[in-house]
Amino acid sequence: MRDEDSTRSFERSVLPHLDAAYNLARWLTRDDAAAQDVVQESCLRAFQFQDGFRGDDGRAWLLAIVRNTCFTWMQQNRPGQTASFDEELHSPASELASPQAALQRSEDREAVRRAVEELPAEYREAIVLRELEGLSYKQIAAVAGIPIGTVMSRLARARSRLQQVLRPPAASPRTGVRT
Amino acid sequence: MNCSDIADWLDACVDGELDSVHGVEVERHVQHCERCSSALQERRALRDALVAGAPVFRAPAALRERIEASLRERRPPVGFRLPFGLGVGLAASLAVVALLGWTLGRQAAAPAPDEVLIGEIVSAHVRSLMADHLTDVPSSDRHVVRPWFNGKLDFSPPAVDLAAQGFALVGGRLDYLQDRSVAALVYRHGEHPLNLFVWPSGGGTAGGGADQPVREFVRDGYQLSAWSGAGLTFCVVSDLNREELREFVRLLQSQG
Repeated sequence: MRDEDSTRSFERSVLPHLDAAYNLARWLTRDDAAAQDVVQESCLRAFQFQDGFRGDDGRAWLLAIVRNTCFTWMQQNRPGQTASFDEELHSPASELASPQAALQRSEDREAVRRAVEELPAEYREAIVLRELEGLSYKQIAAVAGIPIGTVMSRLARARSRLQQVLRPPAASPRTGVRT
Repeated sequence: MNCSDIADWLDACVDGELDSVHGVEVERHVQHCERCSSALQERRALRDALVAGAPVFRAPAALRERIEASLRERRPPVGFRLPFGLGVGLAASLAVVALLGWTLGRQAAAPAPDEVLIGEIVSAHVRSLMADHLTDVPSSDRHVVRPWFNGKLDFSPPAVDLAAQGFALVGGRLDYLQDRSVAALVYRHGEHPLNLFVWPSGGGTAGGGADQPVREFVRDGYQLSAWSGAGLTFCVVSDLNREELREFVRLLQSQG
């Protein structure tokens, strides 16, 4: 009885967020097969641990498990990308002045996608959760396990970077971009 | 509000996370400041470009089916099904995998209550500074601050002024931690603001009924100290260094 109940309540509260889970995993791992594995593993973990789920935000709860599973996967499969990110060292100007970056300076969809993909994982996560999933600062903070102040600074830095990569070459000087 | 304030609020403004007072201030500022106005426009253009250009991936149907199928097969809680008899090897290894998964899931999904609380406290501290909303009742007079909480809380937080010792009481504020209202007493040490959160021990928020000695934490560069006594739990957070914060706690405890 209990088994059936818990399966049903899990299906109701968590499974509707499979698309969001896959979207986050896909952006973080940048790989379809890996994202599918991560989501499946995350769902099983969530199911096993559903007694620990209190509250009403099944989406944030599932996404928190997905992002942790993703970062574990990245540490194992993409070492170097998740090495704790030094925000001071990675000032926008230092990395992006490559010819490759210059080629991407266009407004087209592919450029936007690549610009997001090339963000450090923590920034990418914040952008995807905010812009594509529409989460509030508070929800992003809960998913990523960081304070709201950190959510804000990550978003601000991620966006300044994106603006720099995506700005057309002919554009005016760098007004309004914080460095 | 100057341009540097506006830069800090730009993203919150674009994201609709700014309260109406600050929203109005930003709008007013950008009307006559070309630099901030174009910065705001750039942010909005970027958002449009992201929404239009960055694909939102949908879970493949096959993945959904696989997950639903594996849920149907599963019989929680796994831990109670001890493997006996034949097939022990397979069943045991499944149980180990399941328990491991549970443990990992637990770490991923539910950090220790202390961790959650500390995160909330640091967030509350940062928010109070960012929104320029340190105090609801700005007063250095403890006879003003303490009664202000009457009727707003179901307990009476002690408001002690330590101005003579270098920690000036600057006011009080209502805040919200772990689903309950708490008192925030605000102090200043030089240029450094301190938020002292107070709530009744036991009940919903972490900390049992018994008195607890001071415990120190560091999170995101902020220094925290927490203790409980006389039925109340205290947690102070600031960007002071450890020694200065210890001094504050010692003074407070000796006066309390």
